[in-house]
Formats: sequence, structure tokens, C-alpha cells
Amino acid sequence: MTVLERGAARVAGRPALRGRRASVVWRPRYVLVLTVGIAALVIGMAVNVGRGEYPISILEVLAVLFGGGDSGQQFIILELRLPRSLTGALVGGALAVSGAITQAIARNPLASPDMIGLTAGASAAAVFVIVIGGGFGVLGGFLAAAGLPVAALLGGLLTATLIYALAWRRGVHGFRLVLVGIGLQAMLLAVVHWLLVVAEVFEAARAYVWLNGSLNARGWEHVVPVAIALAVLLPAAFLLAHVLGALQYGDDTARGLGVPVNRARSLLLLVAVGLASVATACAGPIAFVALVSPQIAQRLVGGARPPIGMSLVVGAALTVIADLIARTAFGGTELPVGIVTAVLGAPYLLYLLARYGREARA
Amino acid sequence: MTPLTKAGVNGEAPDAELTEPAVRLRAEDVRLAYGERTVVDGLDLEVLAGTVTAVIGPNGCGKSTLLRALGRLLKPVGGRVLLDGERIDKMSTREVAKVLGLLPQAPTAPEGLTVADLVARGRHPHQAWYRQWSADDEEAVAQALEWTGIVDLAERPVDELSGGQRQRAWISMALAQGTDLLLLDEPTTFLDLAHQVDVLELVRRLHLEAGRTVVMVLHDLNLAARYADRLVAMRDGHIVAAGKPDEVVTESMLADVFGLAARVIADPVAGTPLVVPIGGHAPSS
Repeated sequence: MTVLERGAARVAGRPALRGRRASVVWRPRYVLVLTVGIAALVIGMAVNVGRGEYPISILEVLAVLFGGGDSGQQFIILELRLPRSLTGALVGGALAVSGAITQAIARNPLASPDMIGLTAGASAAAVFVIVIGGGFGVLGGFLAAAGLPVAALLGGLLTATLIYALAWRRGVHGFRLVLVGIGLQAMLLAVVHWLLVVAEVFEAARAYVWLNGSLNARGWEHVVPVAIALAVLLPAAFLLAHVLGALQYGDDTARGLGVPVNRARSLLLLVAVGLASVATACAGPIAFVALVSPQIAQRLVGGARPPIGMSLVVGAALTVIADLIARTAFGGTELPVGIVTAVLGAPYLLYLLARYGREARA
Repeated sequence: MTPLTKAGVNGEAPDAELTEPAVRLRAEDVRLAYGERTVVDGLDLEVLAGTVTAVIGPNGCGKSTLLRALGRLLKPVGGRVLLDGERIDKMSTREVAKVLGLLPQAPTAPEGLTVADLVARGRHPHQAWYRQWSADDEEAVAQALEWTGIVDLAERPVDELSGGQRQRAWISMALAQGTDLLLLDEPTTFLDLAHQVDVLELVRRLHLEAGRTVVMVLHDLNLAARYADRLVAMRDGHIVAAGKPDEVVTESMLADVFGLAARVIADPVAGTPLVVPIGGHAPSS
């Protein structure tokens, strides 16, 4: 960025930050909250990496991350624990951004990928692969390992297409999208349960752990695909965020403002589905992160829709901290992270529903 | 009050008025339908530069549908709509948005939005992901707030405003878009009479002082006759009468279009036609 100027504000509440060609509204609260959020994420990851059977202090963790420490510590942190924390942060961030997009498009805080069936679609496809793939011996096992992410992605995309087609009525309206999604979600979960019933005990158990959303035994081979997907999809989300702001005003107003509504919305949904599916393929359907994080981010930052960048940080921090609790708060037993996020997130869902019932608006 | 600058505006309405006024919008043999249901059929209409046109007619006559088609929100199933001589459906929606601003009927703002943020959204067609608040944007928004008299409300949340204030905020957003052509769909709905007059006075000033061309759908015949210089009366998807208010608002038109038995007298204030209903239904011809 070149010379930044801060001219005298002509419009109250919208001070400018301008370069030669680029310009944004200067929002100090956003910058402050974002900084605090990133700090919380880093500290959460450092604590998570340090805790375990062989405890390592935060300072030592940071030393290892910057190239110091002894070889034992390096092995434990870099090979065993860091990939797990990183996976958690990336997956949580991806889910949260996905939720921020779908909630903004539907103009409804209930419209997150884990509520309207996107992660359920990815789950059904993944469980199908686990259950069927496991039945074919060695080859099947390999198929299950390699095919699971692809299957989850296809399942998510297929579900999104179905929701979009079923909710379509000369454009897509938020409330229809949510209702159709909830209906589809119920059907997909029925499919998942049916698969669990017909599966062999061993496969069913494996699928069950995965379905709870788990970060157990995640290594670099799990980090890399999610990181690549995020490297592609996140910039797309940030580029489209400006258009997302205009879509908030309803189709007619957005068209009046020069937004090609259907194309913009399809692109945004594609990004959201991609993020949710990749995250689900990697760690299972970690509950409520996509629902709660964007709303927390919006309340922290203020404004009229969930902010993409802040949602990313909140989702990542929430998942890492939930994982820390899941690993360490229950003595010897490590819980799947999804159980902790569910316990944290479910009361929020109840609050949302109660508030909705009172306001009774569509 | 500062006059609106014409920066970023394509037309040249004020000068053009001296010569032959240009046709800004033209509907040619337009047929409009929602799915199977045809609402408007075989309709022709011209909107001249620098005029205020009010479309009137009973509920369900297709006037809002016509306005949606003029603003490329609804694609005609037959015929065509031309904006400055070019087919509007062939233009990029963003190019149209730099020339034509529109205010839909009962627009909705996302919760928690401030008035300044709402009005600034009008700059969308001039912005990009990296250019979200340029000096031009700021100037246009400041002027739009001044024009509508809501500078003091800039930091208030939109959901806390009164109906009249909210409508001014929305009009302000359409103004910030910097187009000299404005389509307003029932800008006075849900407003009490004082606020209706307020909004229409604003429209008149936009027309007189800033040379804007306005097409609006109005329910109130007397206000339409007073504030528009051209009326278009519709019934069952057709234009029944079009022209100056005193040519259009006649006792026979009222019987024909609205099925209303009424006297038409001169408005004692403005001299424009004033409808005084007699009551009961006149047999429609």
C-alpha cells in the first residue's frame, strides 16, 4: 500500500483509510477485536500443543516453533501435536467462513452448513465410503482412506445443488433455503443411521468416531489438503465479501445496485460448500462451529452481517480451545472435539430458536 | 442546500431540456408475465429526459410490474425495454446501475445497519473489492444525506428510524448511486400524509434543482396529479390514458379505470386536478 491518507470525514461513522487506488472504511473496533482474536488463537494453540502426557511449557513450545528446543521436544511438538492443532484451526476456520457466507446469503443465523444439511450430505457420503469400502478387504480399506475426502466433497456439492434446486422459486429466498435444508438434513441423517445399522461392527465404530468430529491422530497428511483448499477458497471468499454485503439487501435492491444476483450467489455458495465439505472430510462434522462462530464474530465486531475474517479467527480459536478441553479436561479419556463443541454450541442454538419464536419473523 | 454534482452521471438532462428532450426509457410492445400469468400485454411507453412520471391505477393493474421491467428486474417475455436507445437486457447489470437507480417497494435492510452504511451501499456500482470507500464515494454519500435532510441520523441504526425517516434513508441510498434516472416503487406507502408530501417535495426538488428523471408508482391520485408532470393510468395491464395530469385525471377516466364515481375539481392550492369521490361504484364502460 502506498501513502495512506486520513482526510477529514464528511460522513459520520465512516472514516476512510485510503491508498492511491485502494480504499476502505477505517473500523478501529474490527482491527482491535481481530488482533485480540488472533492472539487468543495463538495462545490457545501453544497451550494445546504443550499439554499432554509429556507436558511442555508455553515458552518452550514457542521456542520450538521458532527453531529451538531439544530434539525430543521437537519431535513431540512438530510431528505429534502441532499437526493436530493446525488441523483443528484450519478446519474450524473453514467451517466458520462457510457459515458466515451461508448465514449472510440466507439472511438467517440458522442457515449454517451444519444446520441446512451440507455437512450432513458430506457425512452421508463419507460414511457410505467407510461402510462399503471396509467390506472389500485390503483394496476396500485403501479406497476408504483415499476416497473419503473426495466422497465428502461430492456429497456436500450434491446436497447443495439439491437444496438450491428445491428452494428455487424465481430466485432463492433465505427462509425457504433454511426450511428445505433442514428437511434434507433430516433425510440425510436417516441415511447415515441406516448405514450404521447395516455396517459391520468394526466399520460402524470407525464411522461413529468420525461422525462425532474428531481431531485424534491427525498428522501432516491431514493438514496439507485442508491448507491447500483454504489457500484457494479463502481468497475467493474475501474477494466476494463485498458482493455478499450487497446481497444482504434482498434480490431487487441488489440487482438495482448492479449485482448479477444469481451468479454471485451461486459462486458464494460454491465457496461455502467447498469449505464445509473439505473441513468435514478432514475431521468429520464438528458440530456447531459453523453456526456459532460467525455470530460470535458479528457480535464482537458489530455491523450487519458476519464478517469473514473475524469468523475465520473465531472458528479456528473455538475449535482449538474445544480440542484442548476434549483432550485434557476428562483425565485419561480423550473425547472427540465435536462432543465439546456440541455441548458449547447447543445452548446457543436453543437461544436462537427461542428468540426466533418470540420475534416470529421470516 | 448544495446541488448534487453530476459526477459519474451519463445523461445531460438540464441542457437537453432546451432542445428536443431525449427518450431515456422506452418500452416497446412489452409483455410481462410471472410464470404462466400474463400481467402486462402489448404495452408501449416513453419516458422523456427531465420529467417526473407517475404511474397510477387500481391494485393489481400491473403498474409495479411495469416499473420492475423498466428497471430490468423483470425480463419481458415479449417486446423490449430500451435504456438510452440500448436494449436494457443486453447491458451489464452494473452498467445499468450507473445510469438508473431504483427503489423497490418495501425494501429490507439487514438488521443492525447504520444509516450511513445503508446510504453508502448506493455506491456499490462504483466500487470494487479493493476500492470500498473512495473520496468520490464519500462526497456522493455526504450530498445524498444532505439532500434528504438526514445528516444527523447518519450513525443511527436503520431499524430504529420512523417510517418517514427510513424512507428518506432509502431514497438517499438511491441518490448516492449518482444516477440521473430514478425509479421509485410506491415511495410513499406506509407514510402518513405529512411524510408523503415530504417525500414528494423531495422528488420535485430532485427534478427541478438536479434535473433528475423520475418514474414512480403512486397510489394517491391527488398527490400524483400535483407532483408529476406526466401521468400514466393503467388498468388490467394496459395503459388507458397518458399525458398531463389535467388531461388524464377526468371523471370518465376515474369511472373507467378505477370504477369510481367522482367529481374532479381544481386543487385550490396547486391548480392541479383534485378527485372528490361521490361514493358507490360507477358502472365501468
